[in-house]
Amino acid sequence: MDINQVIDNANVEWDKLIKSKIPTILVGNATCGRSAGSQEVIDTLKEETKKQGLNCNILETGCIGMCYLEPIVCIYKQGYPLTFYSNIGKQDAIDLVNSYLINDKNLDEKIIGVINNGVKSDLPDLYNIPVMKPQVRLVLQNCGIIDPTNLNHYLANKGYIGVQKILNYTPEQIIEEVKESGLRGRGGAGFPTWRKWTFCKEAKGDKKYLICNADEGDPGAFMNRSLLEGDPHSLLEGMIIAAYAIGADTGYVYCRAEYPLALVRLKLAIQQATEKNLIGDNILGSNFSFHIKIKEGAGAFVCGEETALIASIEGERGMPRPRPPFPAVSGLWKKPTIINNVDTLASVARIFQNDAKWFSQYGTEKSKGTKTFALVGKVKNTGLIEVPLGISLKEIIFDIGGGVPNGKKFKAVQTGGPSGGCVPAELLDIPVDYESLAKVGTIMGSGGLVVMDEDTCMVDVARYFLDFAQKESCGECAPCRLGTKQMLDILEDITSGKGQIEDIDLLERLGNGIKKGSLCGLGQTAPNPVLTTIRYFRNEYEDHILHKKCTSRVCKDLIYYDIIPEKCTGCHICFKSCPVKAISGDPKNTHFINQDLCIKCGICKDKCPTKFNAIEVYPGSKIMEGQDNE
Amino acid sequence: MNKVNLTIDGIKIITDSNKTVLEAALENDIYIPNLCHHPDLEPVGVCRMCMVEIEGRPGQTISCKTSVEEGMNVKTESEDINLIRQTALELIHANHTQDCTNCNQNNQCELQKVTAYVGIDEERFSRMRKTRPHIKIDDSNPFFTLDMNKCILCGICVRTCNELQGVNAIDFANRGHETIISTFGNKGFLESNCESCGECVVRCPVGALTPKNSQIPAYEVKTTCPYCGVGCNFYLGVRNNKIINSRSDKNAVNKGSLCVKGRFGYEFVNHKDRLTTPLIKKQGKFVESSWDEALELIAEKFAKYKKEKFACFSSAKCTNEDNYVVQKFTRVVMGTNNIDHCARLCHAPTVAGLAQSFGSGAMTNSIDEIEKVKTIFAIGTNTTAAHPVIALRMKKAVRNGGCLIVANPKEIDLCKHAALFLRHKPGTDVVLMMGMMNYILSKGWEDKNFINKRTENFKVFKESLTNFSLDFVEKTTGVPREKIQKAAKLFATQKPSSIFYAMGITQHTHGTDNVLATSNLALLTGNIGKSSTGVNPLRGQNNVQGACDMGALPNVFSGYQKVNDAEARKKHEKAWGIKLDGNAGLTHTEIIDAIDKKEIKALYQVGENPVLSEANSNHVIEALKKIDFFVAQDIFLTQTAEFADVVLPAASYAEKNGTFTNTERRVQRVRKAIEPIGDSKPDWWITSQIAKKMKAKGFEFENASQIMDEIADITPIYAGISFKRIENQGLQWPCPTKNHKGTKYLHKEKFATKNGKAKFMPLVYKESAELPDKKYPLLLTTDRSIFHFHTSTMTRHVEGLEKLNDRELLLINPIDALQYKLKDKEIVQVVSRRGKISVEVSITDICPPGVVSLTFHFEESPTNVLTNSAIDPVAKIPETKVCAVKVEKL
Repeated sequence: MDINQVIDNANVEWDKLIKSKIPTILVGNATCGRSAGSQEVIDTLKEETKKQGLNCNILETGCIGMCYLEPIVCIYKQGYPLTFYSNIGKQDAIDLVNSYLINDKNLDEKIIGVINNGVKSDLPDLYNIPVMKPQVRLVLQNCGIIDPTNLNHYLANKGYIGVQKILNYTPEQIIEEVKESGLRGRGGAGFPTWRKWTFCKEAKGDKKYLICNADEGDPGAFMNRSLLEGDPHSLLEGMIIAAYAIGADTGYVYCRAEYPLALVRLKLAIQQATEKNLIGDNILGSNFSFHIKIKEGAGAFVCGEETALIASIEGERGMPRPRPPFPAVSGLWKKPTIINNVDTLASVARIFQNDAKWFSQYGTEKSKGTKTFALVGKVKNTGLIEVPLGISLKEIIFDIGGGVPNGKKFKAVQTGGPSGGCVPAELLDIPVDYESLAKVGTIMGSGGLVVMDEDTCMVDVARYFLDFAQKESCGECAPCRLGTKQMLDILEDITSGKGQIEDIDLLERLGNGIKKGSLCGLGQTAPNPVLTTIRYFRNEYEDHILHKKCTSRVCKDLIYYDIIPEKCTGCHICFKSCPVKAISGDPKNTHFINQDLCIKCGICKDKCPTKFNAIEVYPGSKIMEGQDNE
Repeated sequence: MNKVNLTIDGIKIITDSNKTVLEAALENDIYIPNLCHHPDLEPVGVCRMCMVEIEGRPGQTISCKTSVEEGMNVKTESEDINLIRQTALELIHANHTQDCTNCNQNNQCELQKVTAYVGIDEERFSRMRKTRPHIKIDDSNPFFTLDMNKCILCGICVRTCNELQGVNAIDFANRGHETIISTFGNKGFLESNCESCGECVVRCPVGALTPKNSQIPAYEVKTTCPYCGVGCNFYLGVRNNKIINSRSDKNAVNKGSLCVKGRFGYEFVNHKDRLTTPLIKKQGKFVESSWDEALELIAEKFAKYKKEKFACFSSAKCTNEDNYVVQKFTRVVMGTNNIDHCARLCHAPTVAGLAQSFGSGAMTNSIDEIEKVKTIFAIGTNTTAAHPVIALRMKKAVRNGGCLIVANPKEIDLCKHAALFLRHKPGTDVVLMMGMMNYILSKGWEDKNFINKRTENFKVFKESLTNFSLDFVEKTTGVPREKIQKAAKLFATQKPSSIFYAMGITQHTHGTDNVLATSNLALLTGNIGKSSTGVNPLRGQNNVQGACDMGALPNVFSGYQKVNDAEARKKHEKAWGIKLDGNAGLTHTEIIDAIDKKEIKALYQVGENPVLSEANSNHVIEALKKIDFFVAQDIFLTQTAEFADVVLPAASYAEKNGTFTNTERRVQRVRKAIEPIGDSKPDWWITSQIAKKMKAKGFEFENASQIMDEIADITPIYAGISFKRIENQGLQWPCPTKNHKGTKYLHKEKFATKNGKAKFMPLVYKESAELPDKKYPLLLTTDRSIFHFHTSTMTRHVEGLEKLNDRELLLINPIDALQYKLKDKEIVQVVSRRGKISVEVSITDICPPGVVSLTFHFEESPTNVLTNSAIDPVAKIPETKVCAVKVEKL
């Protein structure tokens, strides 16, 4: 079938969906939705509409980004705007059917916002609510809006226009367009995409490969997963364009096996695109052929490093190889290979669905376009966001994220995952772009943003990331293999009160040596969390070492639990719940904690009735007088 | 090679453009610290020590992976470089056993060297955490230990095992700081597929992989390995008249490689069971005697059994000089041509076959040419087990982009490296190769120019091919036609192509035909007379080539001068001053038969062991019981020597001077490293003494060099060889004059035949003499273990080799095992028409269904009791590769 006809059909189907008399219900059923119970919502909706004899379309969609509001349901009903509802439970689903769909009585308190498709409404515009307003959704434009398992939905939203367009271009023209767009690699390092492509295109060799790096391994990062689950065709379109530009006929998507849903969606998308000759031999009748294979990674963090990823595809142990030669010159099976991140390739699709100028209107002079981030940690509105580059960290955390919950104070934000650094409150005004982040000692990374509040111990954060890095170090080069463990050992000593003041210098020296000496990006960035926390929170290290106290009350060895005598009523609950019998006291008399026995499990504090709140945690340690005599 | 100019630390140097910065620096004596670099291996850049700074490039770069460029300006030291080096080094030391003085590698340790250069800040180092838990030492291997507590994970061992050996016995396991070097499943070396070659041990830069015997020798002596025909050179380390180690030599033959036997199999030399004094059998018991008494007795007895009553078995384990003297003694003193040696049981068809087609029966090309072969056709050779160091070269050829075709009934180790594996039925080699040739001709891939110019008899040969249609070939060999076609195409079109074979070709009743099939294939495709081509029989024993060259054969004098050639005889009669017999003598198998018939009454055996090595060995034992007078000369009291009347103690290879000629015709020096054990003597000396006792002239040799001079005088192909000329490196015959450089490959301009042309030989398919039937349903084929050699006279006197392989195993396919209800490790009886043995079962799909396999290394399970002594009519070789057996449960 001719592609234009395919697209016409798609438009018809899409229009039917959002303009028909039959209501359409979209339920966010990506991994985040599912963990919040979206599958039950879908089942309930199907059951209830059937019970009520209501004819309607119930479709699954991806994640729209507001994970904290999942399960999210979106309903189109003729005469009403497209309305998004949050935190829909089983009963809410029943209510939506009965009161809204049948009786026109909306569930106002559940409405997030609407997309005003020609229908006037007093309800807030979805894209104007505080969490959405600063965002610019280019890459994520379809996520949560279309059914990712339906190619027609993608096609009806400018899908594969880019592919049709570039088949009339020369590879040089494509690269020129990408250059003009200012797109830089979204995997973290920010290397100009067009330049990388040029290396590969100009490299000698009859066989070239394109690899999409979907080995998203940073703790707390899920940008790639969401896109693959919510809009897999965007990635494929970007890959086809990139392959055409560099002259590759084979592409791989290296995706972790821990993303089962993403893999299912991706496989289906490849099958659909192949059926419509968007992938395969002589794409849309051109001379260009391109095939995509999926390689499931076993979950080693280091396999996100491009040379280790290549080794893994080749069937070798996933260990990095020194560069040069760079993969663009000698990569997979020693052939010129381009490895791009999911986000980068999806951006490519958008650039060619629109144009370079359109893309480059967003961002700063050196960092163009948008970037998706997984905003997590101590922030009210957790989820997936997409912002224009150059936005400040403050806007992201306080405007989009809604700030720190529970009235706590903001302490730091960690960008770039285990490879990144912690940015303190005083630097929150810096713009989010590659250069500015590097200047303060961190990196853009692939898009993890972890917000920390006053209860976060920065030494413990450093320890956490080092623990991750040393476990994920492949063991190949000495600085990373031994250095990350050495730094972890030192940090563990510090967090357990056994640190020496000289250890701070030692950590800094080791950190710098490891950064400069390590073979791959893992080791070259692993010390960042330590170095930035020393840089911005040195006092916390000193507190741990010199005063043997953890002011954030996290490090167990440097805190103590105590009963406030004035508040204790002797209810005896804590006495009964203490697993090590460290609490003494007769009922109705003030109780005491024996600090020698206490294992700081916190059960007593949890069990102490809130009306008393008699147990508190303090930094440091308490010397109990006369305790031995008891 | 283009040259480039660069500057390192201000020093201007010129180097080849294919060098790395590190290589360029090191070869110009500029030290850049390094730990994971090894000149034999691909660089990996993991130790991070060799960092340099290059003008115009940001940051630091590893010099081991950076190619030199014109005008490059390199700095080997800076503050950042020192930071990197010290960080890595201090981290390594914090995780490393700090006990240098008790380490085997002390003073030879690369880590010590780098530490001395880079330096460690003691104060900072003292603050570092040293929390690495002790890892259990793997001392399961008899020859070396792995101590992970000293390992720096440079990966040199892993890369050696992978890149050079192609064995992949070890790899990295676990991750991060828990990374270790591990065998599969971390079960210890002994239970792994490690071949114990020790190549990783010699390359380990620290004390992680060290030999168990780590003594330092008082002196070293360069010599040639006494095991297989590859002829590796090594240095024997000696201390207090005892061999304590061997260290490989870099030369054209083995390029620094050794196999497990060469590197660790020296212990037999100083074994307590060595024969140290002559023994005379008195009332059925051996009694020690003096040399004089023994020699007198022998001289007296031998005098009674001259000419047709006498026969001699010479030895492919002895030197050229020993063999020359033995055959001279047999011909001159005993007046007979009844001399043969174990070449009869291995490569007699090669000598007979290739002499017909090429005019000369030896490996045509050189070991050093193998790595450039584009298509290797390895048929009937278990190269990794029998010729391990040649197998390394084959693997190198594969790494160089060549392709390996393995044709073998068994899925041998070499198949792992093969592009194509043709599993033909035992005994169908002629059919397989003729089928390939038929297909080559049908496609027009033959080398017409070569055939026209350099061969004859092509037409007749071509007609004989018509019997080998693909249908017939597929059915007879059991190899799918697609594979035959593919093999034919590769061999004929992806040149240079080279054929390698061993006992799988020769030990058949049609062994000579098999050999002729290989020569036909080489001629048809023009793959002969050029570098990296040829027909390459891999000779089994260290000096089987030399023993043949020396005329320890019944039909030829040294250098293949025929005894029935009047001119050759006249020349020898003149040189030796005696009238010679012009009739060819009896062959090995015929001698045994003649002894059995009491036609031969006296036997002089120099270092053979036919009781284990001869097919149908019960027949040998029966015969030996009938002999009147039997002298056995050996280093141990072998199973055969037990039957002797007089046993003479011979010096081993380590105790005498001389030469061995390896499989590629290279005459190499054997040097005395220690004094002979006890009262043992070099073989040539013993034989000469017998001759002298018998009042013969021409045996007044004082040393081996004199004997070689006589050999050179009388042997045209050895005419240019002398001890002096081969002092540093051996020469390959033909070496006709004193300034001839030796011959790398044969038949360059013309063949050694009378008219200079090679002859195509028409062939027909002949079945093996004894094939499985209802009564004996399984086909038994014989093979070798890498850990033992031949009848194991030497290897079973090496404790470590015994530990690595101490029993015979009957390899049997799971399907057959199921049918006969056999369990793995069960002891069963294997029975043939000639005898039976007990042996342990090993169930494996290395053997195809219907085929079982045994080695013949173990006297407890003497395989040759079973084998068939039916012989090839031309070469007189028994068919030890095919016989019918049944397996019975005990």
